[in-house]
Amino acid sequence: MKKILNIDGVTVGIVFLALILVFMLTAPRVFLNFRIYMSFFATVPPPLIIALGITLVAVAGEMDLSFPSTVALSSYIFAYLFENFQLSWLAFVIAILAGATVGFVNGLVITMLGIPSLIATLALLFLWGGFVTIISGGIQLAIPTIYETPIHNFLVGRFEQFFPVQILWAILISIVIWLLLNRHKFGENLLFIGDNSEVAKMMGINVILEKIKLFTLSGILSSVGGVFLTLETTSYFSSQGMGYLLTVIAAVFIGGTSIFGGSGRVIGTVFAVFIVTVIEAGLVASGIQGFWTRFFIGLVFILAVSINTLLENPGKVPLVRFFRAKGFFQTL
Amino acid sequence: MNSIVELKNVSKSYGPVLSLKPINLKIGGNEIVGLIGDNGAGKSTLIKLITGLESPTLGEIFIKGKRIDLNQYSVKISQQLGIETVYQKLSLCEKQPLWRNFFAGRPITNAFGLINVKKQRKITAEIMKSTIGFRSEGINVDTQVSFLSGGERQGVAIGRAMYFESDLIILDEPTVALAISEVEKVLRFVNNIKNKGKSCIFIEHNIHHVHEISDRIIVLDRGELVLNCQKQSIEINDLIQLLKELHFRKKNKTNLHKGI
Repeated sequence: MKKILNIDGVTVGIVFLALILVFMLTAPRVFLNFRIYMSFFATVPPPLIIALGITLVAVAGEMDLSFPSTVALSSYIFAYLFENFQLSWLAFVIAILAGATVGFVNGLVITMLGIPSLIATLALLFLWGGFVTIISGGIQLAIPTIYETPIHNFLVGRFEQFFPVQILWAILISIVIWLLLNRHKFGENLLFIGDNSEVAKMMGINVILEKIKLFTLSGILSSVGGVFLTLETTSYFSSQGMGYLLTVIAAVFIGGTSIFGGSGRVIGTVFAVFIVTVIEAGLVASGIQGFWTRFFIGLVFILAVSINTLLENPGKVPLVRFFRAKGFFQTL
Repeated sequence: MNSIVELKNVSKSYGPVLSLKPINLKIGGNEIVGLIGDNGAGKSTLIKLITGLESPTLGEIFIKGKRIDLNQYSVKISQQLGIETVYQKLSLCEKQPLWRNFFAGRPITNAFGLINVKKQRKITAEIMKSTIGFRSEGINVDTQVSFLSGGERQGVAIGRAMYFESDLIILDEPTVALAISEVEKVLRFVNNIKNKGKSCIFIEHNIHHVHEISDRIIVLDRGELVLNCQKQSIEINDLIQLLKELHFRKKNKTNLHKGI
């Protein structure tokens, strides 16, 4: 039983299905109609693509809080180049190169200055966010004409007028990241680094280089998420990514990626991003006021991380140790 | 006998502190060398020099008869030349399965960098059976290291070193903090090294273990080589006596049996 629950995505998948079932009962008119699911498929891809990068970062025992600013930067560059130079594909490429550059610099700051990534990327969240506001002059951009372009149809169009194709891209990227983490040498290096970076060093893994690559990849994925968001909403504004800050990080750990590093769940992250999105829509559709959303996400967050820690290593939960000392839960 | 490692007048100082006095030492093929010494005797310095983690202040190092360019020497190069070190705590990653740990840092990959999981699992399973001789039930290639006992962990690390064709395996206090039954396992693993025709430097505090398993015994004291002899030529009681003398030796040096 414990073995099955430990497979990537199983626990969190069950929670996701249970949530859907509950909302089908509490809000049948919304949740028994396929349109709500099409809406999820349209809104989930940007935070999902970002969360995949953060999953890898967490596997290495690091954190990246700078992604909302990376989203804003790539969004701005894409929207600016489209509006002023009618660039579409090239704008996409340049936006991603900008994301890669931001990630690379983040990696250098973390590895070369030795500032813990949680603090360093918090500083960089401000720094890059300020940078975007400076170069953009604080304006917003609306690019409604992008609707007619091939890039829009190709990346975020509607198949048969109703099915958002961006979910397919998000799934494709998820598969690539799953392979990268579980089957690729780079992913394995991240696992070893997150598990015990001293051992990783002894085994000949270049910890600094791998971390720089990791933060660069996180920057790339954040900028891809940013461009998808701009394409879907056909607009740019500077705080565009900020709404994702807490939900993306929550999703990564709800999905079962270890808060201690050294193990990661890509499929878990996919389901967890859906869970966070579904809670929001489900509570509102069930007639509960919107401000309950955060309360519930917080509740699910604590429960999920506790369950994941229990599955990973019950000895790490002080409450379990307390009860064990009294003679309970010996088999857990 | 061809030597695997030879040190000629090698010494090491850290600033004004001479932590290893000029030393001459040979490690031959297929021999187990027990290295004894108190804390600060220069054991770790000696190992760091051999594995390329640090370079000597003076002297020359030869590996398999070839003089090493000490400016280029590194852990990577010493590994390529067949020297592996198994550190007591820094060898395995707790949360990873054995099939990953076995190939840590050097997985079998294709041109795209994708790991050949099937092959790695197969090789790991073979080595667990043959080289390491794992008998305990419930351990397989998917087992996480955190579920292994201390002795079993040493076994995995030693087996891994042997698989990667090391000619010299350096074991850094492999029996510290192990139960007696676990120590026996480790000693069996060390015997396996000998049986497979490889060499081993065995760093230990416990004189009985060293005497039981080594072909040759080296004693370091305050950065000086004070004993270097075949096991047969020294009785365990004499060895203990010598170590006691060293321990109580104050500033004025007494006569010591040097290199028999």
